[in-house]
Amino acid sequence: MESNALIEVKNLRFKYRKDYVIKDINFSIKSGDFFAITGPNGGGKSTLIKTILGILEPNSGEVVKNISNLEIGYVPQNTNVNLDFPITVLDVVLMGNGKQHNRKKFFNIGRSKFEIECARNSLSKVGMQDFLHRKISDLSGGQRQRVFIARAICSHPKLLVLDEPTSSIDINGQKEIYKLLKDLNKSLTILVVTHDLTVITNYANRVLYVNQEGFLHNLKGQFSINPNNEHFCEVELMQMLGESK
Amino acid sequence: MIEALQYTFVQNALIAAIVVSVISGIIGSLILVNKMTFLTGGIAHSSYGGIGLAIYLGLPIFFGASVFALFSAFIIATIAYKQKHRIDIFIGIIWAVGMAVGIVFVDLTPGYNVDLMSYLFGSILAVSKSDLVYMITLLIAVLFFVHKYYYQILATSYDSEYASLKGINARLFFTVILLLSALAVVVAIKVVGLILVIALMTIPTYIAEQISSSLYGMMFKSAFISTIFTIIGLIFSYNFDISSGATIILTSAFGLFIYLIYEKIIKR
Repeated sequence: MESNALIEVKNLRFKYRKDYVIKDINFSIKSGDFFAITGPNGGGKSTLIKTILGILEPNSGEVVKNISNLEIGYVPQNTNVNLDFPITVLDVVLMGNGKQHNRKKFFNIGRSKFEIECARNSLSKVGMQDFLHRKISDLSGGQRQRVFIARAICSHPKLLVLDEPTSSIDINGQKEIYKLLKDLNKSLTILVVTHDLTVITNYANRVLYVNQEGFLHNLKGQFSINPNNEHFCEVELMQMLGESK
Repeated sequence: MIEALQYTFVQNALIAAIVVSVISGIIGSLILVNKMTFLTGGIAHSSYGGIGLAIYLGLPIFFGASVFALFSAFIIATIAYKQKHRIDIFIGIIWAVGMAVGIVFVDLTPGYNVDLMSYLFGSILAVSKSDLVYMITLLIAVLFFVHKYYYQILATSYDSEYASLKGINARLFFTVILLLSALAVVVAIKVVGLILVIALMTIPTYIAEQISSSLYGMMFKSAFISTIFTIIGLIFSYNFDISSGATIILTSAFGLFIYLIYEKIIKR
């Protein structure tokens, strides 16, 4: 394993039924990386993330981790949650602590001061500290995503994994999320699945293009892409990333 | 109604109404937030298979219905955990197969003439002491489970995949929620019958969901609202000598109508 690699993926293969969704993928995520995974829909991006997280078992190959599962913060796709669920921001954020904040005594109802302080601390990092007792369904898409990021960093992870963090968020909300991720990247490693050109070209230092197989790119200086160029589009970038190893 | 309280069967009915309402409020909330309302109808109808089998073998009806409901819930939990989006298919199957098994066993029972309508539409005035013991035991089990493991239940219901990642045995909690739902459905059958049980589990919990910011609050409010609806329904049923199950459900539906008017017109 490379000395500063947090995660090393070796010859990874996964299939749901007959056909392989990902084939022989190799890469490593190093400490401090802003690592983006991109590619076409159905190309295996989310499957790859779930295999890294241990939600799915690979058919062959391995994921070598230099950190424990509890040191990985995860922000799933927004579409996975029930938006009508009666739950406060406080309870969502403290889910990030998993078993650590179970009530020890049977009659100890509610959250302790320590737990509330812990949640407030996480929320302050994403600028949502004033929303502690608000119902999650009352928040906008961007605010909700910030809360999910606060949940993911609540247990002080070393690696933050995000699956399409800006899909279903308006442009202003997306900019805020990018800025936030850039700030968080100063103290933790980021792995993000995205279609977003801004993330790929302006923030990520490495990008893996996944379309069953993986094509790894170190982006610094390799692509001189200006996303403001009106002639530039996602298709072109995907072609560039998919064609050159 | 007050003078009727001197009769044991009315006292039993009142206690059963309160106990079952609290159970329905709590378990109904879990069913609603897990988007498994259809499951209530499936388990209720599948338990008819247990009722038929119990009649055929001469076993206590509650016992037969409970075993069948637990069996159905366990099958759903085993098959559907990884395929929650396909859960409706499995529910549809156990719904129909359970009913079919029940009908066949009742047909096979020689000289059987018990009024099956009481299982279809409930018979709260026929609640016995042993029924009450069963209901109260289930209530204690539900209260213990929800209070002791509230945050694990919350995480599993909100985002089971995330809960698993954080070391919570989401599959176990999902299974226990389903098993308790099955038992709650069986006791609710006694009050409103298997045809109407879906409404008792749904109407008060829907109103509670709209006015709650936490699952705990939703369970508490749902239990309270359910109790109010059930007691008012029971009073109307006694005074006008009409079916208790249907009256309780119509009372709940009227309560929902009032709430919706309040939400749409007065609150705006």
